[in-house]
Amino acid sequence: MGGVVEHPFAKYLRTAMIPHIWCPGCGNGIILNAFVRALDELQINLDKLVVVSGIGCIGRSAGYINVDSFHTTHGRSIAFATGVKLAKPELEVVVISGDGDLFAIGGNHFIHAARRNVGIKVICANNFNYGMTGGQVGPTTPLEALTTTTPYGNIEHPFNLVHLAAASGATYVARWTTFHVHMLTTSIKKMLQRKGFSFVEVVSQCPEIYGRRNNMRTGLEMMEWFRKASVIANFSDPAKAEISPERIVVGEFVDVEKPTYEERLHAKLVQIMKGAP
Amino acid sequence: MEKVLTGVHFMSGDIACAEGAIAAGCRFFAGYPITPATEIAEHMAARMPEVGGIYIQMEDEIASIAAVIGASYAGLKAMTATSGPGFSLMQENIGLAVMTEAPCVIVDVMRGGPSTGQPTLPGQQDVMQAKWGSHGDYEIIALSPSSVQEMFDLTVEAFNLAETYRVPTLLMADEVVAHMWEKVVIPPAEEVKVVNRKKPKNPPGKYMPFMPDEDLVPPMACFGEGYRFHATGLTHDEYGYPRTQDSDVQMRLVQRLCDKIRKNADKITHVEGKMLDDAEVVVVAYGIVARAALSAVRKAREQGIKAGLLRLITLWPFPERHVAKAAEKAGAVIVPEMNCGQMVREVERAAKTTPVYHLSKLGEEPHTPLEILQAIRRYG
Repeated sequence: MGGVVEHPFAKYLRTAMIPHIWCPGCGNGIILNAFVRALDELQINLDKLVVVSGIGCIGRSAGYINVDSFHTTHGRSIAFATGVKLAKPELEVVVISGDGDLFAIGGNHFIHAARRNVGIKVICANNFNYGMTGGQVGPTTPLEALTTTTPYGNIEHPFNLVHLAAASGATYVARWTTFHVHMLTTSIKKMLQRKGFSFVEVVSQCPEIYGRRNNMRTGLEMMEWFRKASVIANFSDPAKAEISPERIVVGEFVDVEKPTYEERLHAKLVQIMKGAP
Repeated sequence: MEKVLTGVHFMSGDIACAEGAIAAGCRFFAGYPITPATEIAEHMAARMPEVGGIYIQMEDEIASIAAVIGASYAGLKAMTATSGPGFSLMQENIGLAVMTEAPCVIVDVMRGGPSTGQPTLPGQQDVMQAKWGSHGDYEIIALSPSSVQEMFDLTVEAFNLAETYRVPTLLMADEVVAHMWEKVVIPPAEEVKVVNRKKPKNPPGKYMPFMPDEDLVPPMACFGEGYRFHATGLTHDEYGYPRTQDSDVQMRLVQRLCDKIRKNADKITHVEGKMLDDAEVVVVAYGIVARAALSAVRKAREQGIKAGLLRLITLWPFPERHVAKAAEKAGAVIVPEMNCGQMVREVERAAKTTPVYHLSKLGEEPHTPLEILQAIRRYG
């Protein structure tokens, strides 16, 4: 016997870019795995898929996936992806980025892309802090959590990302944790089958940077929190989908259809060009 | 509807700019309203659908330039238009377009600054920002129209340069050329010179997205063409992969990004010279100010003063050789600008020992011919 058997998902990765930059115990690998598994199960045409990311740890995913990919400036992945999707609507455009990138510096682009219902798919790794820069407070950091810039405990209220996405007009909204690999993969598959602006939040562990300052020193301890605290409440009110030490509300929150920006644009173009001499 | 509005028109500079873009093949416009560039967006909103193009009003100027870079990578010729405050917001992503070599055109209709400044009055206060506004070392191309006709012509040229060199190209207009109405002659479509980016000759698998040809410009694959390439704003090798710790890669990349413009500067830059052959006093001007300067130079000649005009059509790369040549034989160089002294610094550098005088004007209409004539008399 012997010999090396290639991993069945190896074709999805740029092996020249491996090893990745992520810390031991990080949840990003789980998210990337779920994404690749979804691609594999749906047999997505990899020549028609574009992965766009911003800046941050999970932002490096765009470089690891062997498709057309673009690593933008901090916060601008959704605006860049909007340009790609409108220019070539036949492409599947997926944004994979973090909570700081998408909701602090890039928050405006998120709400407007959701409002327009541009058919891009957004996967957000929510690790509660800025991991790459060493663990500063972010827009999802829980109250009283310790970070390098909240050494006395965080006094800012965090965003509820699924509530924000739903209120902004996203047509598919789900939240899972890295503990819920199967559901996460199913939700990513669903978002890839939807036409409109879709959003999946993945609550993810960052033991080396966030967890160790907040009494969860290992990835396992953080995932133990996810396991114990998570409550599945599909299609419950996203406004009440809390993330607290005691309770993490996960599930699908929105799954509706409405015309996408590019559909409405195309219809207008046909109408206008027909009227032109 | 016609893609090239061949014929003789009476139009504003902003509209001529939009028509120039369409004639050059622009099929994507993303922007955000701002005086005095708004009419470009308005005209694009009306015209893009007629030619099968995309118009989108984004949530801000940062999003606009990001969407433009995305559309460029998806294969369309793309443009945005703004004024000072929006131009400031775009700077980081102009750097991204430089680093990822995304062909695109950015129009800055300059008004008075800093900050919100004078939205309805002309300025030339962003010309150094055009060169140095984004962080890091880079070279860029910037053009300066002096008339409504040039708002058309130079927009076409900006697209051609952007596509040739894979570099964001700036049209540094001002409020007067943008809002002024003048005669514009648009040639037949087949006479409009249109350049498209080089496509890869190598098949997918053999394509290195940032491996340059001899002209230092890499052929460009676009998304969805089967190449499965990566692009990043990080320092990257010829495969497009990040190499942030490798000094050789950084030197090779950044030097090439500068050299592809510097070494082609003679092909890129152009100027217009008037009465320079025997000129003892040379006025160096650009944009709307050059119109008043020409009038002043003519009047000076009538009065027996050997004056000449060097009009900068290309601002960046700076037409150093042309300025040096014009200044060499002259006793004085005068630089009228609607700022506190920007391009004059480059002129001083190129003019070497010839004295250079700056004629600043701020906060109102551009210099009058008389004001420039008085300077010619004073320094000539």
